[in-house]
Amino acid sequence: MYQHSLSFLSKALQEKTCSSVELAKIYLNRIHKLDYKLNSFITVLDEDQILKAAQKADAKRAEGKHTPLTGIPIAHKDIFCTKDIKTSCASKMLDNFIAPYDATVVTKLKKAGMVLLGKTNMDEFAMGSSNETSYYGPVKNPWNLKTIPGGSSGGSAAAIAARLVPATTGTDTGGSIRQPAAMCGLTGIKPTYGRVSRYGMIAFASSLDQAGPMAQSAEDCALLLQAMAGMDTKDSTSMDKAVPDYHASISHNLHGVRIGLPKEFFAAGLDAAVQKKIEEAIEALKKLGASFKEISLPTTNLSLPVYYIIAPAECSSNLARFDGVRFGYRCNEPKNLNDLYKRSRSEAFGAEVQRRILIGTYVLSSGYYDAYYIKAQKIRRLIAEDFKKAFTEVDVILSPTTPSTAFKLNEKITDPVSMYLSDIYTLCANLAGLPALSMPAGLVNDLPVGVQLIGNYFTEAKLLNVAHQYQRITDWHKLIPTEFQ
Amino acid sequence: MSLSLQDILQVAELARLNLSTEHNSHIQTDLSRIMKMIDQINEISTDKIEPMAHPLDVSQRLRPDIVTEEDQRAVFLKLAPLTEAGLFLVPKVID
Repeated sequence: MYQHSLSFLSKALQEKTCSSVELAKIYLNRIHKLDYKLNSFITVLDEDQILKAAQKADAKRAEGKHTPLTGIPIAHKDIFCTKDIKTSCASKMLDNFIAPYDATVVTKLKKAGMVLLGKTNMDEFAMGSSNETSYYGPVKNPWNLKTIPGGSSGGSAAAIAARLVPATTGTDTGGSIRQPAAMCGLTGIKPTYGRVSRYGMIAFASSLDQAGPMAQSAEDCALLLQAMAGMDTKDSTSMDKAVPDYHASISHNLHGVRIGLPKEFFAAGLDAAVQKKIEEAIEALKKLGASFKEISLPTTNLSLPVYYIIAPAECSSNLARFDGVRFGYRCNEPKNLNDLYKRSRSEAFGAEVQRRILIGTYVLSSGYYDAYYIKAQKIRRLIAEDFKKAFTEVDVILSPTTPSTAFKLNEKITDPVSMYLSDIYTLCANLAGLPALSMPAGLVNDLPVGVQLIGNYFTEAKLLNVAHQYQRITDWHKLIPTEFQ
Repeated sequence: MSLSLQDILQVAELARLNLSTEHNSHIQTDLSRIMKMIDQINEISTDKIEPMAHPLDVSQRLRPDIVTEEDQRAVFLKLAPLTEAGLFLVPKVID
């Protein structure tokens, strides 16, 4: 059973060929047996607790009070607050933090009947692209245990790729759903900013952060996003806009769909073997009736510097709340209040988090605010306008998700700028606030390649539709790493 | 631009971080490298462009001014490293 997609399992539960309790046992057993190879979980819930939730799901199905997700196991990225369950954000700072409430995304998926198995590993405070900055140690890529799974939602990606769970949640501030989805051979979607509530999701960069689902297929993601999306009075940036039926529109054909290829994304820096896989995906989509044209997004060349001003600026403000006073880590025997703040923060934040706090504080400080922060916000507008113009000519934009396949553990961790470059194609969607998806498009040297689809605001349905049609004629999303078959 | 040690110490003070920990042995090289990459923003002119603080051009939703949060004082105090008589404890601030 464990090989199958969420959509398949949903049908199996519906047809009563398996029960939720059976599924929970199968996946929990795999986690216990196999996760030592990957380190994809920070917390696995007690069997009793899981089985109780699964029994409840089976009862709901028997009463006919279910959704397509009722009884399906899930794991949440450890950035989402889960009531009475440790929520660490993969930081020493929150190693002792038991969340006092559920994030809205957690509440919604619980209401839909999903069975929570545990919390997945990630880069500390979602800052990283390789899952190597976690306080709990790096996650390994199931496709090759010597390589990284991508980040920051690396545990969420590795757990699905190894079939330890059929679905996970992730968050994406600059590519943290799409980049690990690409590197682990999954489908993952970062919705439009404001589509999914951020309440209870530990904040990194509030104008960029967005939660989304990760799973095997676009169809799976459609079912998950359906339950996650929607206005939430607890998040004033969540949009009061009707949520369309994502599953109903995935089966539309692609005749007349116009897809743009941004020339800036197919330039120097892109691995030739990855490019070849992207070109094959383009050919497949042409056969399905989509038309292609070259477009230009000239200002996206500056996404990297703009992102590394805005994200650290917002991070330095958001992480000011970790002061050793109200919750989280406190240093031993502080001499005075300033010593308490400084030692608690320095002892509990890892190197990358400290770097970003310092950069953010610097670009926001007096004398540099206009030259860096305001200038970056102006370029951010130019990037959003590039997209606005492009979407007058095309419906969807296609590019590689990452410039190369997964790199080796320790390869980039000592060089922050080279690490940052692995998100070069994903950052601009967050800066503009647009929805974007990554789907598997083949293997290079036995490592997965991802295709990125970027859509106009609130066109998640179109992205899922294009990806689902592609997945009807390809099998890349069904591949399982040899060691986990 | 590259950052002097003086700049970095000043920023660390503002951010309430100690730089003496093992994490930070390469901090000056790392931050200077990042700032050099960031300086690419000076390649283009942004005169007369409005800064974009937020991805969606919408105004903030308002709600009636009614208390919606329940009192969870005891729950939140339990999460704190040190409390006494319903208060968060910190080292003595005023002698």
